[in-house]
Amino acid sequence: MSAFTEKVGSLLVIVAILAGLELVVHAGLLDERHFPPPTEVADALVDQMGDPALAEEIGQTLQGWGLGLALAAALALPLGIAIGCSQIAYRVLRGPIELMRPVPSVAFVPLVVLTLGSGLEGKVFLVAFAAFWPLLIHAIYGVRGIDPLLLETARSLGIGPLTRFGRIVVPGAMPYVATGLRTASAIALILSVTAEIVIGAPGLGHSISLAGAAGATPDMYGLIAVAGALGWGLNALLSRLERRVLPWRAAWTGVEE
Amino acid sequence: MSALEVGTVVAALVLWGIVSADSESIYFPPLTEILDRFAANWMFERVGSDVVPSLIRVIVGFLLSALIGIAVGLLLGRSRSLRGALGPPLEFLRNVPPPALVPFALLVFGIGESEKIFLIVLGCVFPILLATVDGVADIDPVTRDTADAYRIGGAQRLGSVILPAAAPRIAAGMRTSLSLAVILMVVSEMVASTDGIGHFVVEAQRSFAIADMWSGILLLGLVGYALNLGFALAENRLLWWRRAAARAARGAPGTPGRPASRPGRAGWGDRRR
Repeated sequence: MSAFTEKVGSLLVIVAILAGLELVVHAGLLDERHFPPPTEVADALVDQMGDPALAEEIGQTLQGWGLGLALAAALALPLGIAIGCSQIAYRVLRGPIELMRPVPSVAFVPLVVLTLGSGLEGKVFLVAFAAFWPLLIHAIYGVRGIDPLLLETARSLGIGPLTRFGRIVVPGAMPYVATGLRTASAIALILSVTAEIVIGAPGLGHSISLAGAAGATPDMYGLIAVAGALGWGLNALLSRLERRVLPWRAAWTGVEE
Repeated sequence: MSALEVGTVVAALVLWGIVSADSESIYFPPLTEILDRFAANWMFERVGSDVVPSLIRVIVGFLLSALIGIAVGLLLGRSRSLRGALGPPLEFLRNVPPPALVPFALLVFGIGESEKIFLIVLGCVFPILLATVDGVADIDPVTRDTADAYRIGGAQRLGSVILPAAAPRIAAGMRTSLSLAVILMVVSEMVASTDGIGHFVVEAQRSFAIADMWSGILLLGLVGYALNLGFALAENRLLWWRRAAARAARGAPGTPGRPASRPGRAGWGDRRR
């Protein structure tokens, strides 16, 4: 089956699923109030696309995502690399890090509401806090996973510590960091939307919440689809970036996600 | 956890205690006060009314999504055409940030147990499903051919060949889903619930019972940690052969087949573990 046939096949499947849903709803098998037919959702989507408010909301969600992720990376990557390079730091800090890692960042939402309010600052803090841990851990393990033989060889060849760091440690840790970045990005989007839903920060999540509460189900589904497209787009963007910066990584077939 | 790790955690707590001892800030009360409220609330006054419902939601939701995810994943993993056809819609659904589905779940189920479990399943099924598909699709063709040669089929093939081979990937997907399950449990309890730890924390915040709020946050951290630990232990048990294989690959003394590429460097790889 050629790639083209496969693509046509998937398109047909999607069309078939949507047509099937349309029939099922019109036949009354699914409650129309909760599950509007796909044509209505498509209508609502088209209306929303024309509305500039949608672009604003997408921007607000992206703001939380971007600022939080950047903050987390700026803190976690240098720290992670430093901890990875130092055996002592690793042994000492490993306990607290493993303890903090599974703490659900959403638990801090009420505290954030009290101290930072329900706006952008609160959202950015939550996103940054959540995205910090996977980045930190991937940076640490990226550095620690470097074959010590490479460093020993460089040392015996008389290559200085700074060059060793720049030419071996940093590139060697990059694949792990790239994976960590993709994980952190997904987490960042989740937390950005969470902040919007739970504390009402402006953005896509908030609009979805409002649409749901008002019973405007086609709008709600349309916005959820937009959120999905956003998530998909960010993922695709990061994958493309990764392939650009780390072209050799494509050769690694068995890399753990 | 080694003694050093436990020691640093204790030291960090003591530090927190000292720094916050004379705290006048409303939002950051002294650790002693927080621990007081922690003991008052969670040992064991509100365990039945809040902790148990939360744990039930998270565990039932997680196990259900594992069941569905693995079952559907196994089906899709075996069939290349199904994978090609259903791949794009699944990829799209997987990228919807699960909290965006909270209003949807509320609409369909109203406030209640089924709504929360539905939400958790909806959010957690995709990582497991996709990991299972990856795991099954990537099975070493030699393994497959060997199973064919020995005419291993049906249930035995599933149980003894496919599942163990795909297990590491599935476990990785399940680990992601577990964190997601906890997040979704807390989010759904904060947004629309009448009980649960998340609900308690939000109520405490609204009534300005700050130390109680902090005690709830601490408890959530502990729950997250405990669930992860439980999963890691279960994984270690069920995937016991991974540890042995990893040890053999590193060339630990006493394992057969130690790599000969580094003469005189026995245990070289262990230094970094």
